[in-house]
Amino acid sequence: MIDLIWLLLFCAGVVTAMWTGRMAEVTHALLQGAQSGVELSIGLISVIAFWMGLMNIAEQAGLVQSLARLLRPLGRFLFPSVPVEHPAMGAILANMSANLLGLGNAATPLGLKAMQELQKLNASKDTASDAMCTLLAVNTASITLIPTTVIAVRMQYHSHNPTAIVGTTIVATAIGTVAAIILDRIFRAWSHRRDGSCKP
Amino acid sequence: MQTVISAISTWLLPLLVAFILVTGYFHRIPVYQSFVTGAKGGFSTSVRLIPHLVAMMVAVSVFRDSGAMDFLVAGLHPVLHWLHIPAQVAPLGLLRPISSVGALALMTDIFHKYGPDSWLGQLASTMQAASDTTLYIITVYFGSIGIQNIRYALKVGLLSDLASVVGSLIAVVLLLGPMPHG
Repeated sequence: MIDLIWLLLFCAGVVTAMWTGRMAEVTHALLQGAQSGVELSIGLISVIAFWMGLMNIAEQAGLVQSLARLLRPLGRFLFPSVPVEHPAMGAILANMSANLLGLGNAATPLGLKAMQELQKLNASKDTASDAMCTLLAVNTASITLIPTTVIAVRMQYHSHNPTAIVGTTIVATAIGTVAAIILDRIFRAWSHRRDGSCKP
Repeated sequence: MQTVISAISTWLLPLLVAFILVTGYFHRIPVYQSFVTGAKGGFSTSVRLIPHLVAMMVAVSVFRDSGAMDFLVAGLHPVLHWLHIPAQVAPLGLLRPISSVGALALMTDIFHKYGPDSWLGQLASTMQAASDTTLYIITVYFGSIGIQNIRYALKVGLLSDLASVVGSLIAVVLLLGPMPHG
């Protein structure tokens, strides 16, 4: 998929340049783009280093576990098929907490752990269970408190107020997450009606 | 609503930093040492991004400077006009679920053209921040446990990506008002 898109961007560009006669600009863009890529990555170091340092403290202080405890009622509502005391619920709540705190590096292993635990509860091992689909929905639209990478890129482009988008991001991710949960419920109901049975 | 959103933007980061530091201190964490240990990882994380960003920035620059981006935006404009989605951010919305770095490159393209603090710049920032790489997550999560039938997961993921785009639009309109003309 990614190969195709990359190829398409190049080829569409080169073909259009033949048409518009902007081949010289395209040559320049090739070299300039590579330089921008390096500059941008280097420029990200400041904010990412700061955030990762802070998050190391948050992790050691047990903030993920505290947040997971707060999220427990939400977990019960979102994953009715998972027993509250099952290790799957613990991993799901930890994954959601890590996402909320912007701990991307910690969230993925926790999410994979949750998938393994959910697989133990799954009746047919090659088909996704309801709870797995919900976990995916919550993860793809995960609520973000501090969008660090975007803030860092905004700094690179000399924004006067790089964090201006924190508020809009919270509003937007809240809308996205609620929509994801509702869509998940609707599709789950449809799929059960079609199968005439209930998968855990 | 406007004041609430901009207050969150200004207050949240400092308050969160203070909260984490104080919590860490009361949990008897050596906060300074812990910060420095964690921050070390920032360098390697950013350096690991270089090849990905070089690949995507080159492709997006070629796409932009050849004039292909203008054709795409002009082509999408009539379709998106009645949905009230600005055509300029449509390529970003389309690429976001597939490639995070690719979408990031498109976001810098909008910064380049309109500035990060412009209406479109803020919308592009919010769209980039408010969503995740749905296809990557689905591949990794289901792939790790050998699920072949993913049922409705992809549909829900992509539809909620669309909801995130609409959500970003709503959030930016609440903060900055409707899109300025011209």
